[in-house]
Amino acid sequence: MASITFREVEGSSMKYWLLFGGIGLFVLFGFLSYLYMHHHGHVVTGMDNQIVWGLPHVFAVFLIVAASGALNVASIASVFNKPMYKPLAPLSAILALALMLGGLLVLVLDLGRSDRLIVAMTHFNFKSMFTWNVFLYSGFFALVGIYLWTMLDRNVKAYSKAAGTAAFIWRLTLTTGTGSLFGFLVARELYGTSMLAPMFIIMSFAYGLAIYLMVLVAAYAWTGRPLGDAVMMRLKSLLAVFVAAVLYFVVVYHLTNLYFAKLGSVESFILRDGGIITTLFWVGQIVIGCVVPLVILLSGLGRQRSWIMIASALVILGGIAQMYVTIIGAQAYPLDMFPGMTMKSSFYDGVIHEYSPTMAELFLGLGGVAIALLVTTFAVKVLRLLPANLDDATIAKLEH
Amino acid sequence: MNDMKSMSDNTPGSPERRRFISVATMTAAGVTLAPGVMLIDVAHGRPEEQAASSAVRWGMLVDATKCASGCDECVSACSTENGWTPVAESKHPKQAPQWIRKLELQDPLTQAETNLPMMCQHCEEPPCVDVCPTGASFKRADGIVLVNRHTCIGCRYCMMACPYKARSLVHEPLNDTQKPDVPRGIGCVEACTFCVQKVDRGDGTTACVEACTASGHNALVFGDMNDPESEISKRLRELPTKQVRADLNLNVGVRYHGI
Repeated sequence: MASITFREVEGSSMKYWLLFGGIGLFVLFGFLSYLYMHHHGHVVTGMDNQIVWGLPHVFAVFLIVAASGALNVASIASVFNKPMYKPLAPLSAILALALMLGGLLVLVLDLGRSDRLIVAMTHFNFKSMFTWNVFLYSGFFALVGIYLWTMLDRNVKAYSKAAGTAAFIWRLTLTTGTGSLFGFLVARELYGTSMLAPMFIIMSFAYGLAIYLMVLVAAYAWTGRPLGDAVMMRLKSLLAVFVAAVLYFVVVYHLTNLYFAKLGSVESFILRDGGIITTLFWVGQIVIGCVVPLVILLSGLGRQRSWIMIASALVILGGIAQMYVTIIGAQAYPLDMFPGMTMKSSFYDGVIHEYSPTMAELFLGLGGVAIALLVTTFAVKVLRLLPANLDDATIAKLEH
Repeated sequence: MNDMKSMSDNTPGSPERRRFISVATMTAAGVTLAPGVMLIDVAHGRPEEQAASSAVRWGMLVDATKCASGCDECVSACSTENGWTPVAESKHPKQAPQWIRKLELQDPLTQAETNLPMMCQHCEEPPCVDVCPTGASFKRADGIVLVNRHTCIGCRYCMMACPYKARSLVHEPLNDTQKPDVPRGIGCVEACTFCVQKVDRGDGTTACVEACTASGHNALVFGDMNDPESEISKRLRELPTKQVRADLNLNVGVRYHGI
């Protein structure tokens, strides 16, 4: 097998620092949003006692799910022994760490008492899925960190497969935990199903790979390194499979719900009467997030790099829409305490809950995305994560 | 002369005085120790160092047939007792905490209307306690579900988990209307405490129940559901009652009649 040369990105050009500064600006905006929310309390957000988890959670959960998915490329290389993916693995691991960091920061900075983070790390209730997630997230950093080390340091290269396998099993458990944050909630009609755990796993495959593809293409285009079609075609086919699987899970989930009369009205809310939620479901999640990317990736358009980029961007946007529908949509529909009765109260019982996120929430969420990108941008400059050459000839040598 | 004699009997060392002191000491010792040792009267106030007892299960009976439409005495009483701003006075009604609210139900087919107060149901198997990452949500031995103000990190997972929408987040800095025995704080989650400060004082009732009784509606009864002789136990034996979301099998501490 031919060897691959990994090289740092030089990162001294004006373009690099402009990119770095631009992303840094969003990190700053995110931090200012946090200070503003922390100083005034959640009263300055669109969240209330009805919609208790808002836009920051949409971004946080999306990033956490995407993080575990971004590791997939590395897993295919080490766990499933596909040599073509080996040179792609280091970027996959660093992206996984960066996205996880961004997601977690948004999650903890949106706490009512983010100053008590130390309490969350010292007081545990092991019946809580949240507590399990605290361990799953920390373990993810540790395992993926070790895995990355085995990829970068020749002395410990022999442990790469073991570390990669451990990280792969851990990431599956982690996304099971993320899905179960919602799956383990008995109160709300759209949650409380084990379906959410595997659905989140397959969503992570799609979101993570879409982000990976965009970062890979951007990095190679902006550094002028060759990136051949062999890599692109392989990854775009994989993305198509993942997106189709997401669509399959969504269809089965809603069809099952529709079959039960007791879930009829909440399903009509999501699918037909929910206003912005319904629009986000059909236009955002289904058309933009699944159907259009599938058409692009499976048709002749998918052979052009720019179209693959468009499809990846759409999968990401559709993913955020899907998170919005999953998190906000389920809360917008009122709790059905007295089935068959209409309800009225000063506490907004029995009415659809409106939610208008504020700029602070949006920028806190975008701040998480920016952190992930900033970490990645910096990491490729200081670590040897990217192969100097990924043209078709180099890839072909790997496979023989 | 008799007066003289009794005075002389009360002098230090007299047998009568000695007898009095020993009886008084024993009585004092008995009064101090008996509730602790025998748990004979936990329904009364208990000393701070004594833990809540699982021999008691505090509960409430809501007789919806007596709950009057338009009456919100229970809600006002709760707000006054516990120091939360009534929603009508709040600048941010959607974000204002409501520990108890009046629900108006209507059957769309028969048009029959039902009124009832809704608050924390003090479940035996509380989903909010299960999901709380730090253990800040907890259930006392006597069945009262509370939030530890010092370890709540404001993650709101309990609010996602509660099937009764019983909990609120404090969204903004609190003014100084707080009560010394009802600690609250921005960024923390809170809910009905069954007026735990009153219960621990030995009042044996809650602000909402007192207000409902004072208004003459008598729709609410509070008491120890484990004590077969308590008023609530007697009434629960007579009246058919239901648990809200009984399908979840949470064994709630608030039982409704007439729903």
